Amino acid sequence: MQDVKFHKVLISINALIPLAFLAYDGYRGALGANPIEFFLRTTGVLTLVFLLITLMITPLRKVFGWNALIKFRRMLGLYSFFYGCVHLVTYSIFDNSLDIAAIVGDVWQRPFIAVGMLAFLMLVPLAVTSTNGMVKRLGGKNWARLHKLSYLIAILGVIHFWMIVKSDVFYPALFGLVLVILLGFRLVTAYGGKAGNQKVGVSKS
Amino acid sequence: MSEKIKSSEITPEGVYLNRRNFIRAGLLAGTAAGTTAAYRLFNPQAARQTTEEGVVISSAKPAQYSPPNEKANTFEEITNYNNFYEFSTDKSSVAGKARRFVTRPWTVEVNGLVQKPRVFDIDDLLRFEQEERTYRFRCVEAWSMVIPWTGFSLKSLLDQVEPLGNAKYVAFETFYDPNQMQSSFSAGIDFPYVEGLRLDEAMHPLTILATGLYGKLMPNQNGAPIRLVVPWKYGFKSIKSISKITLTDVEPPATWNLAAPDEYGFYSNVNPDVDHPRWSQATERRIGETGRRETFLFNGYADEVAHLYSGTDLKKYF
Repeated sequence: MQDVKFHKVLISINALIPLAFLAYDGYRGALGANPIEFFLRTTGVLTLVFLLITLMITPLRKVFGWNALIKFRRMLGLYSFFYGCVHLVTYSIFDNSLDIAAIVGDVWQRPFIAVGMLAFLMLVPLAVTSTNGMVKRLGGKNWARLHKLSYLIAILGVIHFWMIVKSDVFYPALFGLVLVILLGFRLVTAYGGKAGNQKVGVSKS
Repeated sequence: MSEKIKSSEITPEGVYLNRRNFIRAGLLAGTAAGTTAAYRLFNPQAARQTTEEGVVISSAKPAQYSPPNEKANTFEEITNYNNFYEFSTDKSSVAGKARRFVTRPWTVEVNGLVQKPRVFDIDDLLRFEQEERTYRFRCVEAWSMVIPWTGFSLKSLLDQVEPLGNAKYVAFETFYDPNQMQSSFSAGIDFPYVEGLRLDEAMHPLTILATGLYGKLMPNQNGAPIRLVVPWKYGFKSIKSISKITLTDVEPPATWNLAAPDEYGFYSNVNPDVDHPRWSQATERRIGETGRRETFLFNGYADEVAHLYSGTDLKKYF
C-alpha cells in the first residue's frame, strides 16, 4: 500500500518536471526567440504524451500481466488533462488576450484549432467523471463506455498536431504510429475475444 | 513444516526502513534524472550567438528607405530562429547546425536570357554599393520580425548582365551540399531550394540581395553569404545562400509551391485576407512580443508595390 502511494508521488514528480523546466527556462529567458510558441508546442506535446501513456496501461497489463499499473491510470489521464488546460490557457491568454469572441472566431477560421478544441472539450467529461464517486454513480459499464472517448480524443490530438506542422511530419507521424499500435491492440483483442482462442494476425492498417 | 525464523535473522525495523528509503531515494533520483535527460534531449538549449561575432561591412551607407517606425529585433533573435530546411526543420537548431557551413570561396552564376552572362565572386558582390535596409519580415507561419539588413538592390546586379527583351522571370537556386547540409529525412521539400520572381518584382527598388545584417556579414543561418530579401512577400520567397540566378521567359519552379501548390502560391504576397488553408494570416506574432499584431496587405509595403498587381485577383494569384 505504502508503495502505491510512493509510486504516485514518483509519477507526479516526474510528470511535473517538464513544467518546472518550462517555468525555469521561461523565467531566465531561455525558451528561445518565440517563447510563447515553444510553451504552446511543449504543453501540447505533453498532453499527447500523457494521453498515450494512459492508453498504454491496458495493453501493458494484458501483455505483461502488470495489473498493478491500473492504480496509476487515472492520475496519468489527469496529467494529460492538466497539460491540456495549461496549453489552452496559454493559447487563450497570449493568442487571444482572453477574448472569447476572438477564440470562437479562431475555432471557426482555423480548422486545426477547432480539432484541438473539440479534443479538449471531450477531455473535460472524462476528467469530471474520474472520481471514485462518479464511477459508482455512472456504474462501471457506463463509465467504461464513456471513457472510450479517449480513443477519439487521442486521434483528434494527433490530427491537431499534424495539421500545424508545415512539412516535416516526423513527430506527428511518430505519435500517430504509437496510437495506431495502441488502438490496433484493442481491435485485435476485441476481435480475438469474439473469435475465441484463435490466433489473430497483426491487423493491417 | 516451516522452520522458525531465528530472531537474529529478522531485519530490524530501522534497517528495513532505511533500506526502503534508500531504494526510494534512488528511484526518485533515477527517474527524475531520466525525465530531465529526455526533456533536454527533445528541447536542447539553443546555441546563443551575439553581435560581437561576425565581420563588419565597412562600406555600408545609411538607409535610403526610411525604416519602419518599429523597433528592430535583436541580433540574437534574428540569428537563433531561422527556417533553413537544408540544415534543420527546427528553427532554433539551424544556428548550431549551420555553424561550420563554408561560404568562401563563393560564386553566383547569373545567366539565361541576358546579354552578358557572368559568374560573380562574393568579393565582386560585396563591391556593389552596400546600403542599410531595415525591413519588416513576415513568415508564412504567422510570425514576424524587423530586420536591419545590409545589401544592394537586385536591379543593380541585373542591370550589369542586361536582361534580354523576352526575359519575364528571374529564377534563383540555393547552394546545396548534402555533406554540409544534413537535413531531416522527413523535411518534406526537395533540394536544392529554388524560388522565382516576376522580372518587375525583381527590378523593384525594395527587392535587395542582402549580404549582412546589423552591419555584419550575413550569419550562416540567415543565408550566408548572399540572399534575397523581398519584404512584401512571405519569408520563404526570400531565398538564402544563392548560387544561381537565371532569367527565363516562363514562370520558374518554386520549392514550397511544388511541395504544396494549394498552400503556397508562386506570388505569396503577404495578405491578411488570403488564409493559409490550415491557419489564418490575419494576425502575426512579432518575435519578442507576447500578443498578436494585425497583418497588413503586402506586409505594409502597399504604397510601394500595390501597382505591380493592379487588376490582379490576389485570391486567385496568391
